[in-house]
Amino acid sequence: MRELHKSGPGSPRRVRSRGPRWVVRQVVRFAVSLAALLVASFAMIHFIPGDPVRASLGPAAPIELVQARTAALGLDRSIPEQFLTYTGHVLSGNFGTSFLSGEPVVEIVAARLPNTLALALLATVVALLVAVPLGMWAAVRTENGRNRGTEYAFTTVTGTAVAVPEFLYSIALVTVFAIGLGAFPPAGKAGAASYVLPVLALAIGPIAMIARISRAETLRELGTDYVRLARAKRLPAARLYLRHVLPNTLTATLTLGGLLLSALIAGSVLVEYVFAWPGLGMKIVESITQKDYPVAQGVILVYGAIVLVVNLAVDLALAALDPTSKIREA
Amino acid sequence: MSDTPPAAHTRRGFPMKPRLPRTPAAVAGAVLVAAMIMLAVAGPPIWGASAERIDAAAILQGASAAHPLGTDSLGRDLLARVLVAGRFSLALALAATLIGGLAGIVLGALPSVLPGRPARLITGTVNALVAFPGLLLAMFTAVVSGLGARGAVLGIGVAIAPGFARLTQTLAATVAGSDYVSAARMLGVSRRRILTGHVLPNIAEPLILQLTQALGGALLGLAGMSFLGLGVQPPSFDWGRLLYDGFARIYVTPEVALGPAAAIALAGIGFNLLGDAMAKAAARTAAGGKASDTAVPPDPGEPNPGAVLEVRDLTVAFPGGVTPVRGLSLTIAPGEIVGLVGESGSGKSLTAAAIGGLVPYPGTVAYGRLLLGGRDVATLSGKALGTTLAMVFQDPMASLNPALRVGGQLAEVARVHQGAGRAEANRRAVDRLGHVHLPDPAARARQHPHELSGGMRQRAVIAMGLMATPRLIIADEPTTALDVTVQRQILRLLREVTEESGAAALFITHDIAVVGELCDRVMVMYAGRVVEELPVSRLAAEAAHPYTRALIASLPDMATDRDKPLASIPGRQPAPSEVGPGCAFADRCALATARCSAERPPLIPYGEAGRVACWEVK
Repeated sequence: MRELHKSGPGSPRRVRSRGPRWVVRQVVRFAVSLAALLVASFAMIHFIPGDPVRASLGPAAPIELVQARTAALGLDRSIPEQFLTYTGHVLSGNFGTSFLSGEPVVEIVAARLPNTLALALLATVVALLVAVPLGMWAAVRTENGRNRGTEYAFTTVTGTAVAVPEFLYSIALVTVFAIGLGAFPPAGKAGAASYVLPVLALAIGPIAMIARISRAETLRELGTDYVRLARAKRLPAARLYLRHVLPNTLTATLTLGGLLLSALIAGSVLVEYVFAWPGLGMKIVESITQKDYPVAQGVILVYGAIVLVVNLAVDLALAALDPTSKIREA
Repeated sequence: MSDTPPAAHTRRGFPMKPRLPRTPAAVAGAVLVAAMIMLAVAGPPIWGASAERIDAAAILQGASAAHPLGTDSLGRDLLARVLVAGRFSLALALAATLIGGLAGIVLGALPSVLPGRPARLITGTVNALVAFPGLLLAMFTAVVSGLGARGAVLGIGVAIAPGFARLTQTLAATVAGSDYVSAARMLGVSRRRILTGHVLPNIAEPLILQLTQALGGALLGLAGMSFLGLGVQPPSFDWGRLLYDGFARIYVTPEVALGPAAAIALAGIGFNLLGDAMAKAAARTAAGGKASDTAVPPDPGEPNPGAVLEVRDLTVAFPGGVTPVRGLSLTIAPGEIVGLVGESGSGKSLTAAAIGGLVPYPGTVAYGRLLLGGRDVATLSGKALGTTLAMVFQDPMASLNPALRVGGQLAEVARVHQGAGRAEANRRAVDRLGHVHLPDPAARARQHPHELSGGMRQRAVIAMGLMATPRLIIADEPTTALDVTVQRQILRLLREVTEESGAAALFITHDIAVVGELCDRVMVMYAGRVVEELPVSRLAAEAAHPYTRALIASLPDMATDRDKPLASIPGRQPAPSEVGPGCAFADRCALATARCSAERPPLIPYGEAGRVACWEVK
């Protein structure tokens, strides 16, 4: 019996202490990463070979315009001076203005960021709601190698679904449901129906990935002694799986979900492009192809900052959820 | 792209030469990747001319017999272009993977040879970069290096590198901590030699696996960049660029997007399936065997109405002819504590699992009779079983759910099976915890298992069994994981609990000395069968079976001569699959005759209240 359960939780997997010092360290790390991101986004313009203003305006641009642009960007000053100005501007919420439209980058971001976040958040929620029960169901059905057919179908389908990139799902969904059946709008953001296809396109891959993790975690839990004991107590199935198994699988699943959210924020670039979604992703592609550097710089900075914030939030939330992290003074 | 495979597989060991399993998924992956490579080699020479043939009469056509996937804005055949683009797509992905892999491996290996401060700086940078979605890094690079294939390859390479660096770091740290590297250090081998001579050769295999998976990721990432118009620019074309062109016409002729989309999807799936299969081959365990051959148990005779537990001819079998428990019979009277003794693999724990209905899946349980409180276990409801049978397992660390409070885990028995309300259930939980002498039970009930010591946890598990009014407590090596002084306390508690509640107990252990302290009766198991059964009071004097006598003889006591090695039984217990027709102990038995290995001795009455299975006991 015991020999069959060698994989049990004999080794405690929550050995790291997550006390106040850990929180401070996470926040410091976050601040350092944020600073590095600021330097990187500043350096980006300077890494561009040749003159970015020339590159942007083209060879036929009049010299006055080039000089005015250069001065407006502060590129004629020394690098440390430029960096201080840049940092000051970013901290005061000034990300520069678009080369093309003259709009402040902050306004562009403010108008488009909510649309991107809505897609990414909805897709994450949908993915977790579908994938966690799916993975648990598959685990219970395939425990100890029973129902090999189900196991095989599950791993093959999820393995295949993970491998197809989101832009192909987008194109397929548009072709079938928007152009073919006319059930949903093919592009743009107009009402609730327009969310369905982009959210679906974003969620399919993550569903497959999380369902695999959820199944693996559930299988590990089902092999533990405390689940054996809970089974010996003859708890009803729902209580057994929801109260005893689920909480222990959530740490890994939610860690992944958190990483996923930041991945989805970036992954939405391609999906937004297919659905002509008025989000940040659409804008960053436009700005790169049009060499609108201030916009590209601002959007990348915002994207990066969001990723860092999400990662920090996930770490802190997990620490708060983990019962072993609560330190009680005697 | 963003889902560059995490370093999950690094935790498992990698055997030297993983062979690909022949599952359809693995075969499909291998076939798809092989087809891609063949297409990359043969595509351009075969279809190169028709892919470039401009036909002004056939501009922007949809699917037709002449052009199955339609034509582009210059009338070029799209099917031919898709077939030709395979080489460029694969070449770009290969270039990006090599750039990213090389950069990542160097970055990841450096900390293991550099002094502390720079090493920490690199580690920190890598950890920060890994958190960034690859596409973001690729975009950043694309801004700097401009549009085009070069920028995209560089961008995807940059996106891949952190994952490689992290994997290399983890692997290198493992190897760097190993004894042979420490030995090399002591011998004064240079850091560079340690890296090239010791570290890299030992981490090559998982890195190659990661390269395969990264190649698929790079291919999809590059396709994505080209699809956004940030990658390959005309007149060059890869699959992403063809999709970019096709997507613009999707409202008019959706089929023109089909070719490149299918090519990208198949390539992605192929690399992923192959990578999965390779990873699985590297961490594979043997699969189960064939169906079992459980014999039909003989007629069990009349049931014993007074017994708490009555088992007749219990057999537990696993596929492949493995039968760890064979025809076991035992009876437990109310209030009696029966010890089931045997070494590892004798089937004692599986016996307990079978009584509790907890034999893991491929195992099958057959019995002539399995009565708990006079009723067949198979007919008992979950509620009846959950309240009349309590189980205590070996490891108290593992028996309590780390995510739930101790009190809640006790209380749920009362809530689920006895319909108690929350407050009532909690009150009873605290009461039971006090009953097992847990100090400050109300506070303990509010704590999580990790806040209790091992002995306290085992007490809590016993208290959980006492939430209802159990008729039988099955304790499967409940003291093995505890230290000696705590063991004694737990034994005393079990004794006390059975005396108070009138419950019977089946106490499973490998330690015959413990049996003497706690039990009324002892049953000795060997290779799936009971070989001897007798009252504990007569254990020292009347044990008849050579195995039981050997077990007793191997116990050291105060009189044992400490200059001599401790007595042990030569040989080992046969595995469940290798038990022959005769007595399983014959090979290790000093008294064994030819009859012993040919014919199995039955378990027959012996002495005043015992039974023994041995030909040589008269």
